[in-house]
Amino acid sequence: MTDTKDTRPHMPLGLAQRGYTGVIQQLSARQAGSALSDIELESRLIELGFVEGARVEVLHEGLVGRDPIAVRVDSITIAVRRREAMAIIVA
Amino acid sequence: MELPLLHLALVGTPNSGKTSLFNALTGSRQKVANYPGVTVERKEGFFVTPLGRQVSVVDLPGTYSLRGRSPDEEITRDFVLGKASGETVPDLVLCVADSTNLRLTIRLLLELKRTGRPMVLVLNMFDIAARRGITVDVERLAKELGLPVVTSIAVRKGGTADLLKLTDEISAKLAAEAEDNSWRALSVAELRATQREADRIIADCVSLPARPDTWTARIDAVVLHPVGGLVVLALILFVMFQAVFAWAQPAMDLLKSGFDMLGEFVQATLPDGLLQSFLQNGVIAGVGSVIVFLPQIILIFLFILLLEDFGYMARAAFLMDRIMGGAGLHGRAFIPLLSSFACAIPGIMATRVIDNKRDRLTTILIAPLMTCSARIPVYTLIISAFIPARDVWGFINLQGLVMFGLYAAGIVSALAVSFLIKFFMLRDYAPAPFMLELPDYKMPRLKSIVIGIYTRAKMFLVRAGTTIFSMMVLIWFLASFPQPPAGATEPAIDFSLAAIIGKALEPLLAPVGFNWQIAVALIPGMAAREVAVAALGTVYAIEGGKEAAEQIGQVLATKWSLATALSMLAWYIFAPQCASTLAVIRRETGSWAWMAVTFTYMLVLAYAASLVTYNVAVALGAG
Ligand SMILES: Nc1nc2c(ncn2[C@@H]2O[C@H](COP(=O)(O)OP(=O)(O)OP(=O)(O)O)[C@@H](O)[C@H]2O)c(=O)[nH]1
Ligand SMILES: [Mg+2]
Repeated sequence: MTDTKDTRPHMPLGLAQRGYTGVIQQLSARQAGSALSDIELESRLIELGFVEGARVEVLHEGLVGRDPIAVRVDSITIAVRRREAMAIIVA
Repeated sequence: MELPLLHLALVGTPNSGKTSLFNALTGSRQKVANYPGVTVERKEGFFVTPLGRQVSVVDLPGTYSLRGRSPDEEITRDFVLGKASGETVPDLVLCVADSTNLRLTIRLLLELKRTGRPMVLVLNMFDIAARRGITVDVERLAKELGLPVVTSIAVRKGGTADLLKLTDEISAKLAAEAEDNSWRALSVAELRATQREADRIIADCVSLPARPDTWTARIDAVVLHPVGGLVVLALILFVMFQAVFAWAQPAMDLLKSGFDMLGEFVQATLPDGLLQSFLQNGVIAGVGSVIVFLPQIILIFLFILLLEDFGYMARAAFLMDRIMGGAGLHGRAFIPLLSSFACAIPGIMATRVIDNKRDRLTTILIAPLMTCSARIPVYTLIISAFIPARDVWGFINLQGLVMFGLYAAGIVSALAVSFLIKFFMLRDYAPAPFMLELPDYKMPRLKSIVIGIYTRAKMFLVRAGTTIFSMMVLIWFLASFPQPPAGATEPAIDFSLAAIIGKALEPLLAPVGFNWQIAVALIPGMAAREVAVAALGTVYAIEGGKEAAEQIGQVLATKWSLATALSMLAWYIFAPQCASTLAVIRRETGSWAWMAVTFTYMLVLAYAASLVTYNVAVALGAG
């Protein structure tokens, strides 16, 4: 099995499909192009539990543009838009 | 010596059960529901501990941090930091946690510790945690955090006993403990560090079984399915409006015949004259015709309360996010808008959870377009008088279908207005992010539903007894005086002030098909929408004279053309017929100008919609 956590390629959560599971590697607000400032976006993501090392799973996606997504972060479910989820780098 | 009042504050992440705890401690009936962002104001209540200490407790909006990103979070921040004018800083902060989900609360708690306030961690919803097999080493947690920790079940009788006991213990030795406030907004690095620290503490003290709530997962698989979810949402709304029509009917008929009997009784026992006319035409035909709608109002509230308590609201926001996005709003705005189906006032208050100023303003401006329960009497009256109670395709009630159409028209026009605002005023505007916790489903609690319905029903009846009643007295007076000269052959009302006023306004409203009786009803209807129904009841009852025992609906069916009726419906989709809503808009936007804007745009839309409806209907032969 090559699909272990260390060797999986890093990708933004904003591109993940439904059913994807992974671990947060880093936050990179610059990549997101959100309406929020980088600092504000990063703060908000952390406040909702998106920190390095947290396990995430994409549970649901919306109809239009598969957006937004419902993400399981450890023990809670958070709805975010893909645009903001681009700031969350997972593997 | 009497001890001074002990001040407690309830702080915690959204939806952790602060308000439930507040209600349990103080015996209040503040609104509780299963989605984040229910409480948007601070509320104070009082209780006495088992040892007799007088306590004041303040319930606050939920928040993830003290940064105060939106108006509701600012309330919490200012209260905790003692910035709110005229407020005392709390002696003891109760940090309320959802025990099934401690990560975010423990991080918030580590931040709160910097304020130097004495604090207790309340592990609420401990029943759910226990059921899921989550175990918490409470003693160790208390040691790690350096503060008392207590478990609680806010919604169970006696579920707060430990907390009360602890409050007594702490209050005895509180006094000089207050430390300096070293809080300042955390940098990203500090935030990250606190979350790490929180995660470490949780790893040490809490054991989580790898068993998330399977019910929630199963329900969400259907309810959040990209296509199926939208179908379910449409179905829920559809059933809701069908039910308002079909299910409420028996109870309404009962009330109606009750008022009829009362009217006949008054007519039979009292001598002809002013008193008889006042009671029969003013009170019974007027106020009574509004109270008849109580069953429908209860039903619509029942539906909304069930959805809120079950945990569906946040899902609806998720499903609607992109659709609302097309209109320049985000899904979060859907919750205030859905609440506006009950009444626009709590809906407008609920926009406090929206952090972006422009989004919030847009949502406030369009909330009054959502079909609030005060429109139900008007819609129902006209629909039942003019739309045949047929079934279409065998199972759908045509009247219910029209009602659904009116609700849909409200939603569509709200989105359209929002779209226009975005298009013309906020072109350069990037969409604000949508981030929302989707809570686990909870079984709706009978008690909280009953209390919710009881408070709304009471509000409705109080309004009928005050605003509507006083308007009715006014209308009865205007419609009865001056009395006709002796020997006059026309109906008495033709000589009254009401007729004079109504006829003066008639030219203005004739293009949209309104007669002078409607004009008379619309003016007091500015105070509250239902007044229009009551006013029509009174005006036609006085005009009708002896046969006034007839139902107002039947009277309308003979006096109005279909085109007029449709025009009236169109008017009511848009018209700004509610003084309290306008007052709340003024308060929440802090500006008379926005209130004036709302009033004007709604009035213009109402007139335009009625004009088009009436003329099209006449052209199609419904005049
Ligand atoms: N089973 C159980 N349910 C609870 C408990 N406490 C609260 N709830 C439920 O949790 C949900 C949220 O409760 P609220 O009291 O509205 O939460 P809140 O913290 O005031 O929420 P916001 O005002 O939005 O910040 C409601 O559905 C409550 O019925 C508890 O101890 N046990
Ligand atoms: Mg609350």
